[in-house]
Amino acid sequence: MSTALDAPDQPAVPEAFRSISTARKVKNHVATVLVSLAFLIAVVPLVWLIVSVLAKGLPAIVSIDWWTHSLSGVSPDEAKGGVYHAIIGTLIQAVIAGIFAVPIGIGAAVYLTEYGRGRLARTTSFMVDILSGVPSIVAALFIFALFISIGGLDQSGFLVGLALVLLMLPVVIRNTEEMLRLVPDELREASYALGIPKWKTILRIVLPTALSGTVTGIMLAFARVMGETAPVLVLVGYARAINFDPFNGNQASLPLLIYTELSTNPSAAGQLRIWGGALTLILIVMVFQLVASLISRFSTISK
Amino acid sequence: MRFQRRAAAIGLIAAGALLFSACGSDNNSGGGSTPQASGVTCGGKQALKASGSTAQANAITGFVNTFEQTCNGQTVNYTASGSGAGVNDFTGNQTDFAGSDSALTAAQTPAAQQRCTSTPLNLPMVFGPVAIAYNVAGVTDLALDGPTLAKIFNGTVKTWNDPAIVALNPGKNLPAAPIVVNFRSDNSGTTQNFQNYLNAASNNAYGKPAAQTFNGGVGAGAKGSQGVTDATKNTPNSIAYIEASFAQKAQLPTANIINAGGGQPVPLSTDNLGKAIDAVKVTGQGNDLTLDLTSIYKTTTPGAYPISLATYEIVCSKYADPQTGQAVKAFLQTALSPQAQGTLSQGGYVPVPDAFKQRLTTSVNSIS
Amino acid sequence: MSSVTDTQQQATPPRTGGARSGGTGERVFRGLTTGSGLVVVAAIALIGLFLVVQAIPSLIANHDNFLTSPEFNTTDANNLRFGIRDLLVVTVLSSLMALVIAMPVGLGIALFLTQYTPERLARPFSYVIGLLAAVPSIVYGLWGILVLAPAIEPGAGFLQTWLGWFFLFAPGNIAPVLTGTIFTAGIVLAIMILPIITATTREVFAQTPRFHIEAAQALGATRWEVIRMAVLPYGRSGFIAASMLGLGRALGETIAILLVIRASTSPSHGSLFDGGYTFASLIASAASEFSQPLPTGAYISAGLVLFVLTFVVNALARVVAGGKVNG
Repeated sequence: MSTALDAPDQPAVPEAFRSISTARKVKNHVATVLVSLAFLIAVVPLVWLIVSVLAKGLPAIVSIDWWTHSLSGVSPDEAKGGVYHAIIGTLIQAVIAGIFAVPIGIGAAVYLTEYGRGRLARTTSFMVDILSGVPSIVAALFIFALFISIGGLDQSGFLVGLALVLLMLPVVIRNTEEMLRLVPDELREASYALGIPKWKTILRIVLPTALSGTVTGIMLAFARVMGETAPVLVLVGYARAINFDPFNGNQASLPLLIYTELSTNPSAAGQLRIWGGALTLILIVMVFQLVASLISRFSTISK
Repeated sequence: MRFQRRAAAIGLIAAGALLFSACGSDNNSGGGSTPQASGVTCGGKQALKASGSTAQANAITGFVNTFEQTCNGQTVNYTASGSGAGVNDFTGNQTDFAGSDSALTAAQTPAAQQRCTSTPLNLPMVFGPVAIAYNVAGVTDLALDGPTLAKIFNGTVKTWNDPAIVALNPGKNLPAAPIVVNFRSDNSGTTQNFQNYLNAASNNAYGKPAAQTFNGGVGAGAKGSQGVTDATKNTPNSIAYIEASFAQKAQLPTANIINAGGGQPVPLSTDNLGKAIDAVKVTGQGNDLTLDLTSIYKTTTPGAYPISLATYEIVCSKYADPQTGQAVKAFLQTALSPQAQGTLSQGGYVPVPDAFKQRLTTSVNSIS
Repeated sequence: MSSVTDTQQQATPPRTGGARSGGTGERVFRGLTTGSGLVVVAAIALIGLFLVVQAIPSLIANHDNFLTSPEFNTTDANNLRFGIRDLLVVTVLSSLMALVIAMPVGLGIALFLTQYTPERLARPFSYVIGLLAAVPSIVYGLWGILVLAPAIEPGAGFLQTWLGWFFLFAPGNIAPVLTGTIFTAGIVLAIMILPIITATTREVFAQTPRFHIEAAQALGATRWEVIRMAVLPYGRSGFIAASMLGLGRALGETIAILLVIRASTSPSHGSLFDGGYTFASLIASAASEFSQPLPTGAYISAGLVLFVLTFVVNALARVVAGGKVNG
């Protein structure tokens, strides 16, 4: 901008633009300081937190057994075994959530961007907002009321996955929706002009174009649900051994492992597992976020 | 090109996932720290299912580890879901036995009888001392008795230099600071047992109902034993009741307790609690070993530590499915073996004293 | 892409059209996507319905006033006494305190990232703020009670000593304990909702029309004046909506609060130094005892109130945003 003002043909009264009163300068500086300070304020707890977790949890996760063994047969005060069973549980429950949330989420996003009009679309869009605000404990209570209280089922990892669907859906829908809206209309029109029906256009042209952005959203949704503790507290029991079957028996997950060790195990080994588990969880969530941001960098649509 | 790269990436992730899922192992027996138990008749149902008390969860973990070593291919899946849920699951025929912080009540027994089609047995398998941990600068040998504890935990005694405390601790430098009571905010058998103790040992001077929630009306609650321990450690002039293991691991001092017989303050130790358990009265009939815990709380044996948590296994005397009965018997036999009892002290429990173990063994062997 | 988009840029808002829009494939596909949308609507309706159905028997069996009782006693299924007064007080106080802290800070960060940071640095800086969202809430809880609470205790003591006459800073119901209060929880929650407020606000600020900013700059405005004249007016509603979303998250936060706030045996007096439970933390603390229908229903009724609360907050956020923000 300033280049425009510095043009050779000087205006008659340049002073008004050039010199800024002290009060305005001070205000400007104060604002700069405050705004930078705000950023620092956010960085302080982050660094503090990461350093605390690293200091207490790093010794646990450097062992190979930590990543490859369960806690089966390990007595609470033995610094042995690992959290493999919890990592598996966390991933299985998240994948179950994904199996339901991804197709439904993409479907709903397609509906909202490509088909939805009128009252139903407005209601749906509104409900997506509401769903994104539903606390995880409420989602867990709902699944509990529906499947355990009324349905008479046992607690299981599968039910945790179902509760996570409710938390994943709005993230998937909103991200996909945003990506679909970025797909230029010309693409659609070109396809229509070739006589291709709308549904095929969406499936073959629109969705693939938005694919990487959509995948980013899905990865972020996974990252969000894997750290959830409330559903696992209500909907599944903790197991110390590996359980690949989400439909039967107890199934550990990282948040549940941390919570269980926290409430039952006072030993040094227990403390190590708590912070090691926390660090492992942060690392896994970060990997998903990183993958998400890498995918979005190679995104076919630039924002 | 792009699709190839994407396919490669997906393939890589899938391969990694496969590799990861293949390399996991439940086998942690490298150290050989859990030995086999002797004198156990293995066999019966392979995987028993049980649920209940969180207070005995760590003890059960030790028992199960020994059981898995002893009886090849057999295990117990114990869910620490709370005593209430444990009893419900058991009477609802969803589990093979229950862990509970209290014996079946008169109201619960008929349902259990119906589920077993035989007499249910209450077997007190796990005992744990409850410590009175405190954080008072410069004081490490605090002595307290039942009536004073009752007054502290119902808010009648408010400061550390209250005459009631000073009288028990002559010559110690007690501050004029207010007492901060830390209690368990979640439902817990420890809280229930401790309040039962307060009522029994103070001749009801405590005056509050003994439930799984703390009813003293003072103080600040914290979540779980660990929460209470951390709170006590971080709060000067505070006092709390916690399982002994938590106090020991946190290196908090624990009060010596003057039992109902008067006499010297008794420090918390395995032996001292054992003295109280040895003299316990059994109110159950036959093989049912329901305890009258008041006899522990009001023990007058010199040197006996009176505050204890007793948790039961609730089983059927005769299971409809003999396979289940055999497995339950094998598991409980394992639990009473010296090897399994040896794992208890690590979790803050006390091994069952020999005299009482005889009675338990007789009851366990009667299960079919 | 660009090769295809060389045609004229025209705004065609509704994506209508498509040849042969009446085919079977079309109908099936349309039905499937509409059905997916309906799933969302149905989910919300079902959540409400089932919570109500499960709560009603317990509400009828309640021997206390559900709205005004500070007690929550479900140990005796035949004598349920529960009310949400204190849950509401603790939930609202901790969330509002979080909002009071996080709103200005979040606004500052959003401005910093959009108006002060060079493009090159904005992305890594945003990632740093995003990391705050990557930390699982159970870790926040652990850190909050074990590390943060002791560190801020002197500050809390200072506030209570000098401002104790004001009800918010009066000695609380777990006095003299000053760690693990609503005050502590408010700070932990503020950190937790910061990335939510920041991310959404940043997005809205970044959308400020270029010509608004340029117009202000042409008038010789300083950077701060540009923000005040162009960025803030444009982004205000988005910022408020983002804050509402943060509030919604704070209201429903479970495990961090459960670990941080100490429980009390006496009712709340509305002080920030009170202890107690929020709706979410109470439900989570009792989760292992969900075995009998009536006591469980009592907790479900608390969950229902929380659901209604977050529903209202999120609906307000949407109204305020007027379409500028997507959750």
